[in-house]
Amino acid sequence: MAIISRIPLLGGYADLMLVAIAAWSLQERVETSWHWAILGGLLVGWTSALPWFLSLSGYLLIVLLARIMVRRLWQAPLIAIFILVFLGTLIVHFLSIFVLRLMGSPLVIGDVLSIVTLPSLFLNLFLALPALPIFRDLAVWVYDIEDEE
Amino acid sequence: MKSSFPRSLQTTIIFLVVGGILALALGGYFSPVSNLFSASLVSVQTWVSTRYITIRNFFNAPSDILSLQQRNAQLEAEISGLQTQVIQLQQQLTDTQVLAALVDFSQANPESIYKAASVIGRDPSPFLHYIIINSGSNDGLRRGMPVVTNQGLIGRIDAVIADAARVQLITDPASAVNIRLQSADTDAVLVGSVTGDLSLEMISQDVKIQEGDIVLTSGLGGDYPPDLLVGQLFNLRKRDYELFQEASVQSTVDFSRLEIVLVIMNFKPIDITPLTPEEIP
Repeated sequence: MAIISRIPLLGGYADLMLVAIAAWSLQERVETSWHWAILGGLLVGWTSALPWFLSLSGYLLIVLLARIMVRRLWQAPLIAIFILVFLGTLIVHFLSIFVLRLMGSPLVIGDVLSIVTLPSLFLNLFLALPALPIFRDLAVWVYDIEDEE
Repeated sequence: MKSSFPRSLQTTIIFLVVGGILALALGGYFSPVSNLFSASLVSVQTWVSTRYITIRNFFNAPSDILSLQQRNAQLEAEISGLQTQVIQLQQQLTDTQVLAALVDFSQANPESIYKAASVIGRDPSPFLHYIIINSGSNDGLRRGMPVVTNQGLIGRIDAVIADAARVQLITDPASAVNIRLQSADTDAVLVGSVTGDLSLEMISQDVKIQEGDIVLTSGLGGDYPPDLLVGQLFNLRKRDYELFQEASVQSTVDFSRLEIVLVIMNFKPIDITPLTPEEIP
């Protein structure tokens, strides 16, 4: 995360934790995605100056979306992860903007969307492409799916 | 049969012939023949020598290859070790240069007490501009302490734990620093932005400013000590219908390459919030 967050595109950064949680949650047999979302959310919340509950709630919403999507789009995992990462990035960013505005930070919504959110969206979608097969292999290895099949 | 020539005559003729041949040879008359002979001899010698070396190498090659491979592996290991040393020394040199500059800065500003700290992380949120340093409350750091480099102001401590602290950079959108323009001798407010650009607000319309003016902290508000270097003015914006002028500020610090910073330990920020007048409903 420390390395990825130093590769900016305009003002946006990739959220590797978000992509990882999305890709892990979309694996059908995985049941620990809630745990990882809580762990990742607390870790990011602890590191960041944003309120700790913000990243936690954002990642939990992503897992919730993934659980809903995995039953409907299980035959098209690539589309599912793109939709999930797209919606997840927007959720986390809109939550951040909302909370920062409440805290008095003078963010201009138009500038923030064009300079931060859109580039971050692009970077996250770009990272989602390799993340899906990596986490699928990880799920196969962890849950020994091939042997059972 | 008896020889028709006397023996002494035969000897004389042989000497004359040999002497003549020697004289001709010394005179260079036999050079073409000599060269032809030498060239043939050299060619034969070369052919024999090449074959001999090839055959010798053929029989000696396996042991040579083995020793060469061992030597090659040994040299590669040495090169690898030396390259690691070079990288480590380059890093040490860079650190030393940075530290030397920071020491120079602290010696030039002896009124403050400094604590050096390394930058170990950045805020993962793209909306915020914070860094994390490897010194905390165990080292005497407290919330609100200003953080500088030898190039100028970078921010102040926002949160502290035992062995680390989070620093809000002056480029953060929520940061506001009271500054003073050195040449115009006027105060203004420096604000950050989500892109990391710095801009000046609240510059009165009747103040004459120009590009290149030095921006220093004013000390107003009690958040920062006065006269810390911040940057230079550029891109001035003055519109007659607005209350204040605006300008961009080029910071003297490269915020993307922060490695070691100095915390000013003997500055206590003053919270003047209770003194600010409350709005009457």
